[in-house]
Amino acid sequence: MNTAPRVAPPWRLPAIVAAAGIAAWFALPDQLGLLTRLFTTALLVLSLDLVVGVAGLATLGQAALFGTGAYAAGIFALRVMPDPLVGLAIGVAAGACVALASGAFLLRYRGFTLLMLTVAVAQILYSLASKARDWTGGDDGLSGFSPGPLLGRFAFDLEGRTAALYALTVLVLGLYVARRVVDSPFGLAVRGIHENRARMAALGTPVFTRLLAMYTLSGALAGAAGALSAQTNAIVGLDSLGFAVSAEALVMLVLGGVGRLSGAVIGAAVFTWLHHTAASINPYHWLFVIGGALMVVVLMPPAKVWAWLKSRKAAS
Amino acid sequence: MAVLANLLVDGLAYGMVLFVIAVGLSITLGLMRFVNLAHGAFAMIGGYVTALLAREALWNFWLALTAALVLTGLLGALLEALVLRHLYRRSELEQVLFTIGLAFFLIATTNALAGPQVQLIPLPPELAGSVDLGFRTLPAQRLLVLGAGLLVAAGAAYTVTRTRFGVWLRAAVDHPDAASALGIPIRRVQCASFAAGAALAGLGGVLGAELMPLEPYYALKYLVLVLVVVAVGGMGSIAGSLVAAVALGLVETASKYFASQWGSLFFFAAMALLLAWRPNGLLKR
Repeated sequence: MNTAPRVAPPWRLPAIVAAAGIAAWFALPDQLGLLTRLFTTALLVLSLDLVVGVAGLATLGQAALFGTGAYAAGIFALRVMPDPLVGLAIGVAAGACVALASGAFLLRYRGFTLLMLTVAVAQILYSLASKARDWTGGDDGLSGFSPGPLLGRFAFDLEGRTAALYALTVLVLGLYVARRVVDSPFGLAVRGIHENRARMAALGTPVFTRLLAMYTLSGALAGAAGALSAQTNAIVGLDSLGFAVSAEALVMLVLGGVGRLSGAVIGAAVFTWLHHTAASINPYHWLFVIGGALMVVVLMPPAKVWAWLKSRKAAS
Repeated sequence: MAVLANLLVDGLAYGMVLFVIAVGLSITLGLMRFVNLAHGAFAMIGGYVTALLAREALWNFWLALTAALVLTGLLGALLEALVLRHLYRRSELEQVLFTIGLAFFLIATTNALAGPQVQLIPLPPELAGSVDLGFRTLPAQRLLVLGAGLLVAAGAAYTVTRTRFGVWLRAAVDHPDAASALGIPIRRVQCASFAAGAALAGLGGVLGAELMPLEPYYALKYLVLVLVVVAVGGMGSIAGSLVAAVALGLVETASKYFASQWGSLFFFAAMALLLAWRPNGLLKR
């Protein structure tokens, strides 16, 4: 008899996302730009899920990591070489470095103080990027670079076919890495810290080091998302470091479900689709829709609604 | 010298506006542990109501201001009694999401009702001019802001430390269950404090209309500044909020005078340093 808990194989979620992504790529050939944005955003939300959902740290400063990755990849492509994969690696490294450096300061605090400090870090980077016009282009944004062909063979075409597949590949890889990490002993330790910090410390887990490692991994993924956004849009705006990026990513995560990796992808997909539909009518309608959706999600959490529907089904 | 004096007056006025808006949020956060990101929307509504009544309906400025304060207070009480009190026992994240959704909703409503343009509040003649204090001449509006800020600070401190309501409030902060067992009407205390905080935010929105222009995104644009003041001052501490608001107001004004190209860098750097030094707030027990 097999009594071990059934755990989904680590490749299942990435495989489902890859299949759905490729199907969408074939089905919506004139919406490839939207799909690329969706894949990039999903990776950003995934990185946020590692901090908020897995480690249980409230943050509104994920834009600091995303924007740094984007600027690093953009500046690298403009000044050094246009190869997209090396640029991606640079973005990942930049995001991880910023997360490591800021995390060493931020993770000493908790709760509301931590939340406000993450906002401060993102705003300080925003001001610095706005000041360093020579490097970042300031308010005008960083442009004038274009990524070279992928692996030296597949050029980024105008319709965005390569870009969409490239973003999907990186997202699937990110999902696989995140799944493996979350299910590893290290991931279990971080989830334990989320549930009871004092007990994990008493068990001998180095709480600060584990959290810092998870924050750095999240920074690497957010940096990858930033680099993708820079390469597929061929422009980096100051708003990639802005407060709205952090807030929207958090909204998407909650819409999809905090703490589940699939929630990050679902939330990003729902949000991007809603945004695309509502904002094309009127940007203020969009605020009605998202504001209403947020209030409804809090008052009637999706998990509770599912449970209610299931109990109804079981009763009938 | 003249530059320094101007800086001082502007910085103090800015700090007072921040304080008046922040004090309600500080009490909500400290008293009910409720993270209300829609607090900026109350300031916006106060400003909008005053602007529309005074400009379109041609009401007297003081009458419009009073109407706006009553209206934001009522709105705050209504929201608290109907919806928000059910969220007190939820997690911080859920509170953040609900209230930010509410703020989005109010932004969209404001835009639908009044349009996206900046609203100006026509000042009555006695505020539009300047006042000669003997040693300096100051704009009357700045003096009103400074006076109102000090009055709010004194009034709030008096209410909290010297009145029965203040005793109830502090009892409800320190130990809600024991306070309720002693017969203190906790629900009414919470509702009244929330309404008072909302009305004060409305006052701040009117007072600060010259420094923070009234537009639909006001509710989110200045929210971070107010949250920073509350965090640095210490949640629930009125004196702490005043000190933090004045200090950060001076820093922000000084950096606008001398280093405007650096944006809000110094404001947030000062905040990070202060919070790193005293994570629970400047004057927190």
